[in-house]
Amino acid sequence: MTAAALPDNARDTAAACDVAVVGGGPAGMSAAIDAAALGLDVVLIDEQPGPGGQIYRAITTTPVRDRGILGADYWRGEALAATFMRCGARPLFDTTLWAVERNVDGFALAVSNNGAARLIKAAHVILATGAQERPFPIPGWTLPGVMAAGAAQILLKSAGLVPDGPVVVAGCGPLLYLIVAQFHAAGVALECVLDTTPPGRWRQSRRMLAEFVRSPYFVKGWSMLRRAKSRTRIVSGVTQLRAQGAGRLENVGWSCAEQHGSVPAGLLLLHQGVIPGINLSRALGCAHHWDEAQCCFVPTVDTWGASSLPGITIAGDAAGIAGARAAEARGSLAAFQAAYALGSLTLEQRDARGHASHHRSDGNGDSPLRALRRFSLGRAFLDEYFKPPRQFRIPTGDTVVCRCEEVTAQQIVDAVSLGCTGPNQLKAFLRAGMGPCQGRMCGTTVAEIIAHERGLSPAETGYYRLRFPTKPVTLAELASMPKTEAAIAAVVRK
Amino acid sequence: MFRRLPDTVARRAIAVTIDGAPASGFEGDTVAAALLAAGTSDFRTTPVIGSRRGPFCMMGVCFDCLVTIDGAPNQQGCMIALRDGMKIERQHGARDVG
Amino acid sequence: MSHAGEVEFAIIGGGLVGVAIGYGLARTGRSVALFDEGDVAYRAARGNFGLVWVQGKGNGLPAYSNWTQRSARRWPELAAMLRDDAGIDVSLAQPGGFQICLSEEELALRESKLARLVAQPGIEPYTFETLARHEVAGRIPGIGPGVAGATYTALDGHVNPLRLLRALHFGLRRHRGAYLPESKVEHIRRHPDGFMLDTHDRSFVAKNVVLAAGLGNAQLAPQVGLAAPVRPQRGQIIVLERVRPFLHAPMSQLRQTDEGTVLIGDSQEEAGFDDTVGLPVLATMADRAVRTFPALADARVVRTWAALRVMSPDGYPVYEQSADPPGAWIVTCHSGVTLAAAHALDLAPQIAAGVIDSRLQPFASSRFDVQKAA
Repeated sequence: MTAAALPDNARDTAAACDVAVVGGGPAGMSAAIDAAALGLDVVLIDEQPGPGGQIYRAITTTPVRDRGILGADYWRGEALAATFMRCGARPLFDTTLWAVERNVDGFALAVSNNGAARLIKAAHVILATGAQERPFPIPGWTLPGVMAAGAAQILLKSAGLVPDGPVVVAGCGPLLYLIVAQFHAAGVALECVLDTTPPGRWRQSRRMLAEFVRSPYFVKGWSMLRRAKSRTRIVSGVTQLRAQGAGRLENVGWSCAEQHGSVPAGLLLLHQGVIPGINLSRALGCAHHWDEAQCCFVPTVDTWGASSLPGITIAGDAAGIAGARAAEARGSLAAFQAAYALGSLTLEQRDARGHASHHRSDGNGDSPLRALRRFSLGRAFLDEYFKPPRQFRIPTGDTVVCRCEEVTAQQIVDAVSLGCTGPNQLKAFLRAGMGPCQGRMCGTTVAEIIAHERGLSPAETGYYRLRFPTKPVTLAELASMPKTEAAIAAVVRK
Repeated sequence: MFRRLPDTVARRAIAVTIDGAPASGFEGDTVAAALLAAGTSDFRTTPVIGSRRGPFCMMGVCFDCLVTIDGAPNQQGCMIALRDGMKIERQHGARDVG
Repeated sequence: MSHAGEVEFAIIGGGLVGVAIGYGLARTGRSVALFDEGDVAYRAARGNFGLVWVQGKGNGLPAYSNWTQRSARRWPELAAMLRDDAGIDVSLAQPGGFQICLSEEELALRESKLARLVAQPGIEPYTFETLARHEVAGRIPGIGPGVAGATYTALDGHVNPLRLLRALHFGLRRHRGAYLPESKVEHIRRHPDGFMLDTHDRSFVAKNVVLAAGLGNAQLAPQVGLAAPVRPQRGQIIVLERVRPFLHAPMSQLRQTDEGTVLIGDSQEEAGFDDTVGLPVLATMADRAVRTFPALADARVVRTWAALRVMSPDGYPVYEQSADPPGAWIVTCHSGVTLAAAHALDLAPQIAAGVIDSRLQPFASSRFDVQKAA
């Protein structure tokens, strides 16, 4: 397919808008479409060169020709992206948001593009920053050759690259078998799939089974699993994993109840679900809570995506993992909420739109509220069935937890026994969380280790305190931001 | 570790250097993708204890794909589009200043 | 020491001030228990820049300069002690320090302030140098053309403040001091054996109590007949990615840590209890840093901090002991790093002996009444 013509970034003209949408995935695109349709001036900010976020990554530019490889769920994004590109919202691609400040008439968003920083004013902000892979700390996971399974998907979608040489896929979750299916369709042979879903999970999850069977996920998931089982060696109930090699991955060690083994591999793809990206919502000061079912921190929002802070709504997986279809619905709801917050819609009008069917031509006719309900159905089962086993969320010994600062699980445990009661004290003791990733790769693990050691829930022991910039920005870019008289007086004192 | 799918949309080839040696990729590649396609799987050694690292997430979250591009260090290779004539270098430890 | 049993010295506050005093007391053989809050507390101790700084302090109270100088002189002793007791090297370096001035006006004002300071009656004078741009450039390669000059003293230095906090805690444990986290002291009452401390779920009896709770001292001090009129003053810090060593000597506004990261300060704002960062102040500090070292322009900011300094009305410490009932002590300051040596090696033994030295009389809170009246 040919790449759709993308408009130039609106360079100096995007100084102010009604609604700034952060993130160009299904939630962000959907929010922008519906906000623009209501006559609001919308700017959408995304780091990528085009729309799609991660789930529809490179949807307008993918070099992959055979549509059967990426599958129908991926190509669904094409229509959504096309609708977005002509909806009247102003896209700012290749643009990284790194700070949001509240001011008298709304917000100032500090963004960088091509090494230059500037401020964009918005009366309302919709965060649609999506999800990230859940950290999967196993011994040796920092070796070159160990990657997130989502990374391989990104390479496939955006560059038409597939694994070459012996590759092992390990972990659990629906995405795992989607990737296996995509690899098969692309002609990639896998050494094996090491499935960490604990045996007997059916029994635990069966009370949610009825709901799951009625959900949109059942048929799809079942058929993917069946197809995968027929073509690849699958080891089930894997309880331990280890990536080994001198300076790079050479083989993958595994054990399950009855046996253990070692597979020579040059590439290990790890996946155990996704979690919301919360750095932006935390730095803003939005309230979050620990979701016990999904084992992650989630921003506290209502059905319309309203966060604990006026003027900030959160949509899509950033508000809690529910998948791409639910994200679209939540994007619409967030747009209606923004319009209501800005006074463009009354409460009744907002509610009416939430309940209105056939509300977009690229949709399937459901109202956003109904679509959200439909695509949330079955998630409880998925969450329970695919909850990553404890030993892969709470590592031990020399397993690296904070990749940036190279802090191990044992060091964290030792610090807790010395009186470190939470992640922020831990940061001060061990530097865990102080690296450039700002806790994205370690925060959830650290929270769970500390909670586990103290016999509490992460709800009680908490998460890293985060501040802007939420993405690294150069000192010169920061220096170029506006300075007030008061700020100068605070710094240049006699 | 990675190879190109044979059946892809035709893209313009881009010539770059990797650690001084000529290499190439395609328009639309990120620097990290081009490095992987060229067979480079470790991109740097860490400033903390000198561990070897390569890209992990490919979406700007892990900060392990840091490389020096045209003399500028600590660039996230997975977030930067490949351009003609880029000088890409693997990194060792902490960056210099000046 | 059993938790519900009696303690000789209860120290309220697990930050740098409290743990330095606790370590010092424990080293004299006293039984010590350190009461600390939970993970999300204001914790000035986590927002430290890490300077061991003499230059420019005490303009208006010479005793403060003297106390600070004493602490700086005894810092190598503390560092060696912590290496032995805790096995931790806190990376103390005292190569002298610079305050960079980005205009001739700044430099002139700075020079006259320091000249006034060291000429104060009662001060232990020290030499400082006023350096023109080319002199600064000779000592610090890479200085930008926007630097007009700097003042320098040989007494200044820096240390790793987080490692210092950790080392003091280890040292306290090593000398059998107890550390009670998640034990915020809500109330202090008199008790026949000294004082009764109430946390949310338990009570402890202590012969002596040292209030080192930072901003919390304001509410606790009156309960033991003392006063600690402290208020929060916000300081913001920028942290850059690790860089190969390029700056050995600290500056008051910028220093490179032993880990290679670069810290940039120095701001003072009256912002109440708001410990969030703000772009205008960060931008101002960043701008000055780039003018100081142009080569840092493309270095990345990996995180920022804001912390609340514990500020008395005149900015100087409060050291005082209670008269009735005796056995309560107030220790509060905003330079917990610089004064760590004085607190551990000088003040703690005084507290152990039961009497604060007359040299520290200028730090009694009664001076605020005088100041108010004046």
